[in-house]
Amino acid sequence: MTESDAAEAVERAYREEWTPLLATLAGQLGGDVGLAEEAVADAFAAAVAEWPGRGVPTRPGAWLTTVARRRAVDRLRREATRSAALERLEVLVRHDDEAEPEPLDRSGVDDDRLRLLFTCCHPALSLEARVALTLRVVGGLEVSEVARAFLTTESTMYQRLVRAKRKIKAAGIPYRVPAEDELPGRVHGVLHVLHLVYTEGHVASSGDDLVRVDLCQEAIRLSRLVAGLLPADSEALGLLAFLLLTDARRPARTDSHRRPVALEDQDRGRWDQGAIAEGAATLDRALGLGSPGQFQVQAAIAALHAEAPHWEATDWPQIAALYGELSRIAPSPVVTINRAAALAMADGPHVGLALLDGLDVDDRLERYQPFHATRAELLARAGDAAGAAVAYRRAIELTQNPAERQALEERSRQARRP
Amino acid sequence: MKYMLLLRHEPGTGPEEGTPEFDAEMAKWGEVMGELGQTGSMVAAHGLDTEATATTLRIRNDEALVTDGPFAETKESFFSYIIIDVPDLDAALAWAKRMPNATYGSVEVRPLSSHEQDA
Repeated sequence: MTESDAAEAVERAYREEWTPLLATLAGQLGGDVGLAEEAVADAFAAAVAEWPGRGVPTRPGAWLTTVARRRAVDRLRREATRSAALERLEVLVRHDDEAEPEPLDRSGVDDDRLRLLFTCCHPALSLEARVALTLRVVGGLEVSEVARAFLTTESTMYQRLVRAKRKIKAAGIPYRVPAEDELPGRVHGVLHVLHLVYTEGHVASSGDDLVRVDLCQEAIRLSRLVAGLLPADSEALGLLAFLLLTDARRPARTDSHRRPVALEDQDRGRWDQGAIAEGAATLDRALGLGSPGQFQVQAAIAALHAEAPHWEATDWPQIAALYGELSRIAPSPVVTINRAAALAMADGPHVGLALLDGLDVDDRLERYQPFHATRAELLARAGDAAGAAVAYRRAIELTQNPAERQALEERSRQARRP
Repeated sequence: MKYMLLLRHEPGTGPEEGTPEFDAEMAKWGEVMGELGQTGSMVAAHGLDTEATATTLRIRNDEALVTDGPFAETKESFFSYIIIDVPDLDAALAWAKRMPNATYGSVEVRPLSSHEQDA
């Protein structure tokens, strides 16, 4: 046993065991997600310390389960709480001591993971807390990694997570899959959180890189988990399809200097055909369930882009129609902006500009970079060079990502050339 | 006449647990609460958990909006309280949704403090 073998074993166990272990333990603790997370983190810390010296246990998952339970019992005893959870855990820990632990009973672990996800995405938690908890508790990211995703310090993120875990316990947020009448709304809440995780990775709001691959991959991994756990939910499949089809373009979204490349200019040969095929098949399965929703529509739009051999061959009328459908299901200025861009491609820049002109430009929209970037693009194509210059300037002012800003400056320069 | 005393403080102010000042304050609480009981003036008293554990529910356009925190609109004023004993927050929110004022005002769902939970 070398040290690197042990490190690799811990790494593998972390990937495979973190979520099921935490989900099961939280269930045994009556839904105390915070305590379960601390105990499981303790168990992995023990593995890091002990495995290199004493060797990797025959069944790493069983070893970690035993240690995590003992740590939970220790913590509960220290708090001097005689709870039902403590008594139940003490029985389980006594069983652990008797002999070589039995192979793990993993029946019900899927249900536990769903419970964990629904608890972390409960609407009584702030949206930020939901995203952070999902990444830490369900995704197993280190606190420092979650902090980086939120552009904040590790200690701030640690405090935020502590507050959220305390609220779960103190407010009595239940550890269970919601009842059937609440389920659709709550599933949508979970999918929304996963979508936000992906979006943060897809256009990183800071750092010099445009894309945070780790967050994108984590969002896809969790969406795959949810779609697997809720196979009859068309929107869960829809989100997975949408993320796969969008992520397929990732290799072509930046050039060799890590600068963003617009969809129009991307080398489509670099798109991930495997992801496109899986995304399209997933979308077909979702649509087959006959219950449309916003993620399925977005996936359908991404599929049309993925299937077009080149920019000019894009089916713009169909994409504009899908954005029309999307603004019916989930209206927002963001959807209108995308619809305007698609209509401009299908019917000319003036049609798109007319739609943008109809938007009620409040303070938030005025600060929304894509609104100005899209308008600039359409004005330039309509031949209004002066209007385009103003809109480009505002878009550039609002861009935080340096790579994206550079690309906008370049487009602005091109638009000024007669 | 019946009155409700709404007790407020800024979290973090007041004597710290473990200090002589804290013990002195506890003695004063004991004294006044005891006298309220003896004079027959006490109707009910409960401690609340912190604002960080609160959840606020509103219904607008037939949709239930659940938010983290106690945040009331500045013009909203406190006009009634109900203490319920149910299995979890979802059950409490289900009752909150049935309050007629939820459609134009709000219902804050705040757990009683952990000492009160065991009582």
